[in-house]
Amino acid sequence: MEFVMSIVIGILFMAAVYLILSRSLLRIILGTGLLSHGAHLLILTMGGLGGSAPPVLVDGVTDLVDPLPQALILTAIVISFGVTAFMLVLFYRTYEEHKTDNMNLMKGNDEHD
Amino acid sequence: MINLLVFPIILPFFFAIVLLFFRENVRMQRIVTVIGLALSFISALMLLSKVKSDGVQALTLGSWPAPFGITMVSDMISILLVTTSILITFFVVIYSFSAIDTEREKFYYYPSILFMLTGVNGAFTTGDIFNMFVFFEVLLIASYVLIVLGGEKKQLRESIKYVLVNVISSALFVVAIALLYSVVGTVNMADIAVKITEIGQPGIVTVIAVLFLLVFGIKGALFPLYFWLPGSYAAPPMPVLALFGTLLTKVGIYAITRTYTLFFIHDLATTHELLLVLSLITIVAGCIGALAYFDLKQIMIYNIIITVGVILFGVAQMNKAGMEGAMFYLIHDMLIKGALFLLIGIIITITGTSSLRKMGGLMKTYPSLGWMYLIAALGLAGIPPLSGFVAKLLIVKGAFESGNVWGSIIILASSLIVLLSVMRIFIYAFWGKPVELPVAKSDSYQKMMIPAVLLVVLSIAYGIGSEWLVPYMTDAADVLLNPSIYIDAVLKE
Repeated sequence: MEFVMSIVIGILFMAAVYLILSRSLLRIILGTGLLSHGAHLLILTMGGLGGSAPPVLVDGVTDLVDPLPQALILTAIVISFGVTAFMLVLFYRTYEEHKTDNMNLMKGNDEHD
Repeated sequence: MINLLVFPIILPFFFAIVLLFFRENVRMQRIVTVIGLALSFISALMLLSKVKSDGVQALTLGSWPAPFGITMVSDMISILLVTTSILITFFVVIYSFSAIDTEREKFYYYPSILFMLTGVNGAFTTGDIFNMFVFFEVLLIASYVLIVLGGEKKQLRESIKYVLVNVISSALFVVAIALLYSVVGTVNMADIAVKITEIGQPGIVTVIAVLFLLVFGIKGALFPLYFWLPGSYAAPPMPVLALFGTLLTKVGIYAITRTYTLFFIHDLATTHELLLVLSLITIVAGCIGALAYFDLKQIMIYNIIITVGVILFGVAQMNKAGMEGAMFYLIHDMLIKGALFLLIGIIITITGTSSLRKMGGLMKTYPSLGWMYLIAALGLAGIPPLSGFVAKLLIVKGAFESGNVWGSIIILASSLIVLLSVMRIFIYAFWGKPVELPVAKSDSYQKMMIPAVLLVVLSIAYGIGSEWLVPYMTDAADVLLNPSIYIDAVLKE
């Protein structure tokens, strides 16, 4: 199972890198979303996918799921949702202000504004 | 186990929430912010004296025993950084009263600063690697707000890059934590250190170490990863730049220092050699940038990058003198950079431009500003008896002790270039033929000078009083060089 998961994670990262390197702002946001999903799945996989019982101590049950990765993912997912929402608004405002969603047209520094 | 540990984190957070209810009332916002920061500063000072007398303090939230619950740890280095951060924020907030326009003040400027301080203090204090990620996100999200606040065309353009770089580095941070968790099976920092010692740092842990260096290097602006910094930091107004330059990169440096002195200490030949080389290239690259620009902001921003290199070079020595020097330099740099950024903000306000070519002759009209700038600039370069001298002396001593002669030479040469770059500002802005100045309100000039002068005085006191600070710095270096002090404080409650 871990083997399949690592391939899935790899595909997610690959797609994320491809999307982030594109020019359109919307694709970049989708890319960061995929990147964080890949990272979250990685936490889950790295904690080990074994265990059949929920992580509650009951007499006679020894094959427990590791609860920590789930707690970590919950935190990380909330954070990435928040940041993605912020980015959507930010990119929309930038699109309105600059009249473009092409990253190539947003180069420049102080000297040539 | 004392709850005092969380006060410097909770107090700014609490006051930020209170501020959210008075959006339109600028006067109220200012007063509440100052009160909140003053209270946090007092609690940080109490904690400082506690750590000084009783050693490393640890608090397990919810009283779960150490490796299971979330731990907060306050040792000398973290509490020194917390205290200095609150102090800098305090001065920057006072400076903002006259340097930030009311529109921004009405749009959650002060709450964002306080939220950022919450994240910064939390990242310094936490004893749990995943919790450090959470606090990093707290400070990053607040910094996203600060960098884009005002919504100018330039700000929007640069904040996209800033947000994007940080989102990617955060994802890598999660990846690094996941890999570390799969090897050691814990996220408590003291416990990680114990587990890595038990398995003797195999190759995979060294790979994770480099991954951590990559993540924190992006946040702390280490050599190949600082590309985003000059553009992004130049976009927001001056007080925000001062906060970012003094606090945010220091969090990255702290995180590298912490992980590289606590976890990854069994393969110094790979990890610390890499850190050493990267820090030296950072210094060189920063020097090139500092000399290349004719723009006040850019020169100072590249000086931030030089500092990152110098501090991490001290850390990479892994001996007493180098580590003490790095700690001295860390605090010195926060104070003196804060002062310089505030002074440069005043120059930009007076002249209405940040280009050196368009200014001159300020010495005749604003002599006190000139003198203050001169003192701060000399302090930055490390002229004795001003602050920075002792720090650099110790770093160079440490480097000679561990045989890095070339490294020491680069550090010493970089001091000269730093001096040259800041003196160039002095010469172009204050000497020469006076140029026509836009009519400035002398009232706001006086108000902006007060926090800047206070910070300069503070940094002078830091330099002259470094004799009294030695015990504190020794304590900080001791904890970093002997991880067992930290581990015992956390695990043997």
